[in-house]
Amino acid sequence: MIVKKNCVAMLLAGGQGSRLYALTQNRAKPAVPYGGKYKIIDFPLSNCIHSGIDTVGVLTQYEPLELNAYIGNGATWDLDCMSGGAYVLPPYVKGKKGEWYSGTASAIFQNIHFIDQYDPDYILVLSGDHIYTMDYDKMIQDHAKNGADATIAVMEVPMEEASRFGIMNTDDQMRIVEFEEKPPVPKNNLASMGIYVFSWKKVKQYLIADSKDPESSNDFGKNIIPNMLNNGEKMMAYLFDGYWKDVGTIDSLWEANMDLLKEKPELDLSDDSWRIYGKNLVKPPHYIGEEAKVKNSIIGDGCTVLGEIENCILFPSVVIEKGAVVRNSVIMQETVIQEGAVVEKSILDEQVTIMENAKIGGPEKITVIGSELSIPKGAEVAEGEMLYPSMK
Amino acid sequence: MRKDVFGLIYAGEENMNLRELVNKRSVGALPIGGRYRAIDFVLSNMVNSGIRNIGVIPRVNYHSLMDHLGSGKEWDLNRKNDGLFLIPPYDNRDNTGSYRGLIDTLKGANSFIRHAQQKYCLLSGSHTIYNDTYREMFDYHLSTGADVTVMYNIPSHGFIGVDNEKDICLEMDSTGRILDMKVHGTTSSGAYDKVGMSIYMVRKDLLQYLVDDANSRGKTSFAADVLMNNLGSLKVYGFEHKGYVGRLRSAASFYNVNMDLLNPDIQNALFRTGNNIYTKIKDEAPTKYGSEAKVSNSLIGSGCVIDGVVENSIIFRDVTIAKGTVVKNSIIMQSSEIYNDSRLENTILDKQVTVRPNSILAGSREYPVIIPKGANV
Repeated sequence: MIVKKNCVAMLLAGGQGSRLYALTQNRAKPAVPYGGKYKIIDFPLSNCIHSGIDTVGVLTQYEPLELNAYIGNGATWDLDCMSGGAYVLPPYVKGKKGEWYSGTASAIFQNIHFIDQYDPDYILVLSGDHIYTMDYDKMIQDHAKNGADATIAVMEVPMEEASRFGIMNTDDQMRIVEFEEKPPVPKNNLASMGIYVFSWKKVKQYLIADSKDPESSNDFGKNIIPNMLNNGEKMMAYLFDGYWKDVGTIDSLWEANMDLLKEKPELDLSDDSWRIYGKNLVKPPHYIGEEAKVKNSIIGDGCTVLGEIENCILFPSVVIEKGAVVRNSVIMQETVIQEGAVVEKSILDEQVTIMENAKIGGPEKITVIGSELSIPKGAEVAEGEMLYPSMK
Repeated sequence: MRKDVFGLIYAGEENMNLRELVNKRSVGALPIGGRYRAIDFVLSNMVNSGIRNIGVIPRVNYHSLMDHLGSGKEWDLNRKNDGLFLIPPYDNRDNTGSYRGLIDTLKGANSFIRHAQQKYCLLSGSHTIYNDTYREMFDYHLSTGADVTVMYNIPSHGFIGVDNEKDICLEMDSTGRILDMKVHGTTSSGAYDKVGMSIYMVRKDLLQYLVDDANSRGKTSFAADVLMNNLGSLKVYGFEHKGYVGRLRSAASFYNVNMDLLNPDIQNALFRTGNNIYTKIKDEAPTKYGSEAKVSNSLIGSGCVIDGVVENSIIFRDVTIAKGTVVKNSIIMQSSEIYNDSRLENTILDKQVTVRPNSILAGSREYPVIIPKGANV
């Protein structure tokens, strides 16, 4: 018999990440690499185990191969325990016909049976799109204390950017009175972070009703939350104050990486009490050569740096050959930059080869080279260009 | 080799000259190369050869070794059948809970040896650093019909006797059979230029017989008492390992072997052969270099924060080197912290050492300064 759980987490990892273009052509957004070692999904999964949540359903749909293999049994995040685990939940055929997840709510609806096995009091709905550390347990306790039906994590954003977010208008007790998706004239600057706690019995009714509504787009933000509000359910906002970054665009992904290079980064990856877990590859320590210059950079295991790097993030097993110069760039796993090549303000995906004396990018716009591409000797890739990898 | 060979690693070699480095740890737990422990190499070599039944025998002070090996998960040895077995000294009427030599040790591991399903034993020390599989050695052992096969290498230059006086030098005939052995290898060339790597392939039942026989005669050393005295009656063959071999026999050789790893050719020979060296995982963040960092010719583990000058050094995981500090020709072990404006040269900092601001520590290559684990300098 499965032990009853206080809370089960459901992680929406089906995001396509279409605004990351070349970087998500062959992988789902949550599998996008970050910070010299991690993938975006490492953050919510590490947050779960540190928050005492050991049962996580991971909902995959778009390009699931890399993600499914990466998650495995959840051992990387210490989730492979007796009473819990990480479970990859792709859409599957039920009865006569199969069904894709048509929206975030439909993804949870189709896995009601999975959740019911644990008879949880609450479910925590997360997305696999954001870089942040957060103790979900505090939010769940807040939810329980308030006797709420739903609690939505919010953070203050600058007023001028508020119209890009889903905005929660609250009373002075932080009870949500109105929800506006991307309002042209925002009344408030409390933006939804896409992190929800629901009382399971309550939200289950809404999910079932929503699935029967042919007009619905089966989405939490568009349908479930507004419906619950309209029916006067008790919905609370939970204010989060800390580093949180949506890395949904090339610009924001590059910025989030560069944030780590600040003298005192807001996101502390070396915090022993809140270690972010990611797959550890079997690699030797990195080697910095005799003539190398390394300044203000992050370097992963197994790299060999013989050239010059400044303000760079190097993932494992990157090779920077003699005389190569790389600045303000994110270089992913096993990419090789050969002698005399110059790379500036670029994101190079995994297993890229930049051959001798090639010149990539410039000081203004971000240049992106897709995985496994090879840039020939002496070639130039102008700044702001985006080279796509071949479809897999 | 899974079905044919089991491994037995003796991780508590004695008569070494490792000074403070082994005060609180077994030889096999010596940190090496910015990330590893000495035993990782022979253990990974065995795993890479397909061996999945491995006993590790510590002698004294083996907490760090046990902590490092755990369930053997990182070496894929947490198996339902066979796997990793730690065999600490067994106190009985014949000994007092501590081993005098390899023969005693093997006697103590008797029950593990008896229960092993495999017909052959690969018996090894833990202080040799190299990357090889034992498949060819095993084929050679079978084809020569040897009783015992010893793996050796021919050290390239100046194999100085003093440091390695306990290594076994071999004289072989043209068929590979060992004619003579000496333990006190002060010669560095000529007939005795082949040096044993403390690893032996032997049939299980023969090993059991040799151990019982030696034990009943009060002998303690496998190489000196068993092999050397029986070269006439036993067919003992040598098998050459070509490629880098490091031996951690003394503080000086510990220092030199670590420094050898700064050579990219040796890095490739140990870490990029297609056979991985596995070690305990620590989940650190990648290493961060500050705006004033200057680093050259150094091997650096993960989780470090480096804002000083580092030259010709090995920096283990989770080390902090603050602004204005210069570290040259040194080995800095895990979780040590060096504050600002200090100067370290030819120094070995053991784990978790704190060096206060404006300190100066300098030794020589032959006699490096060693600061013991946890010290506050």
